[in-house]
Amino acid sequence: MLSSTGWSLRTPTVLTRFVIFTALALALMVLDYRGQHLARIRAGLSLLFYPLEVAATIPARIGESVIQFAGGNRALQKKYDRLAARQVKIEAKLERFDALRAQNTHLRKLLGSAALVADRAVVAKILQVSEEPFTRKIVIAKGSRDGVYDGQPVIDNHGIMGQVTEVDLEQSRVTLITDPGHAIPVEDTRNGLRTIVFGTGDEDRVAVRYLTAPTDIRVGDLLVSSGIGGTFPFGYPVARVTHITNDPNEPFLGIHARPVAHLEYNKEVLLIWPSHASLAAGKLKPPAVGTPGLPPGPSATGAGAARLPPPGGAKDQPAGTHGH
Amino acid sequence: MSLGPDNRSRLVIASTFVVALILAILPGPGWAQPFRPDWVTLVLIYWCMATPQRVGVGVGWTVGLILDVLYGSLLGQQALAETLIAFLTLKLHLRMRMFPRWQQAVTVLVLVTINHLVVLWIRDLVTHTPVRWSYWTSSIVSMLIWPWLFVILRDIRRRARVS
Repeated sequence: MLSSTGWSLRTPTVLTRFVIFTALALALMVLDYRGQHLARIRAGLSLLFYPLEVAATIPARIGESVIQFAGGNRALQKKYDRLAARQVKIEAKLERFDALRAQNTHLRKLLGSAALVADRAVVAKILQVSEEPFTRKIVIAKGSRDGVYDGQPVIDNHGIMGQVTEVDLEQSRVTLITDPGHAIPVEDTRNGLRTIVFGTGDEDRVAVRYLTAPTDIRVGDLLVSSGIGGTFPFGYPVARVTHITNDPNEPFLGIHARPVAHLEYNKEVLLIWPSHASLAAGKLKPPAVGTPGLPPGPSATGAGAARLPPPGGAKDQPAGTHGH
Repeated sequence: MSLGPDNRSRLVIASTFVVALILAILPGPGWAQPFRPDWVTLVLIYWCMATPQRVGVGVGWTVGLILDVLYGSLLGQQALAETLIAFLTLKLHLRMRMFPRWQQAVTVLVLVTINHLVVLWIRDLVTHTPVRWSYWTSSIVSMLIWPWLFVILRDIRRRARVS
């Protein structure tokens, strides 16, 4: 079969071509893995094939408008009612939140630690969900032009969704916390236990690995970002422990948790630019916001002020401090 | 059409690949993801089998690279897998043409599985990837869809007189 074409410079055999292209692919992979040399080439190529991505979203858009057209007013009215009801609830909560924040900054000042400054946030639309098998990634409609950077945290109104891993001019790719290649340092709000949450590739499950049997972790525990590592700011909810198995044959506990963020339901996400104070808060580990009962203030003058809130106010505290 | 037969053939083949690439990144609900056939590999196998003088290792590599860019995966990962598939199909194309349809489908199952295996190996080298059974449903769906896709692509090839 091969001898009919023979070896010549003009028409290499299938085998030589195979070897050449395999070598090319391997070289590309090494370059892409080892360094950032290919970032520009990748950005150029994605711009070139952007029309394909746009074309892929057309059916979904048509479907959406058809549903809107057919579903008509009733669906809208329902949605409006639901949102209006929610708005009232959220506003009520916010009122309390503002008061609590003021109180909290005041207390922190008294304790002499850095205050948690609000992080800057921008809403970004989800353009598409990556359909690459084995991964959990999304593409959002904000890029380097909007100041998005590699490693930027992405959240929704419930908790942390993931981080930016690839930035183009007008869009960027976000690796979700459920991606098998993703890990995020967290701490248990109940007792401050520090650990790491790994993605599994399942849409609604993450895993806590490398914890041994005597570790104090329970079903229902809320894990929030610990801020260690500097990528994620401190204190955002990540996952809630749903399942713990203690198999004596395994060296570690098998712990499953469910992401708090609504990873599969959102159309919009929030990009945040963590303030330096909130990143530092995780690194320096001041009295954690999530822990109930602040330690008594060191300054004698502040002690009176710190204890000022009456019992009625203390009732609200757990709800406010967790951001729910 | 004012295009010559050569350019027309190229255009037809390229447009089937474009459609396959769009189908590969078409957004869908999460539960459907494991059941998505590997469109690009299927189309590549068809053209390697039907017109090995036009579509081969180089086309496989290029299409794989585009897929890498669209997926945002490690550049070269899909390119390597598709190169291998193109090579194997070129080696088998005479036999595959003779196979009855079901036997062809089984060969396609093997090829698509090899493709997934290569990608999985590379992914596992780079980042830890837990293997689950749902990863292989895509190969099965690809096999089931092959006879229909074959008929459609053969029709396109005959009407456009691609050779």
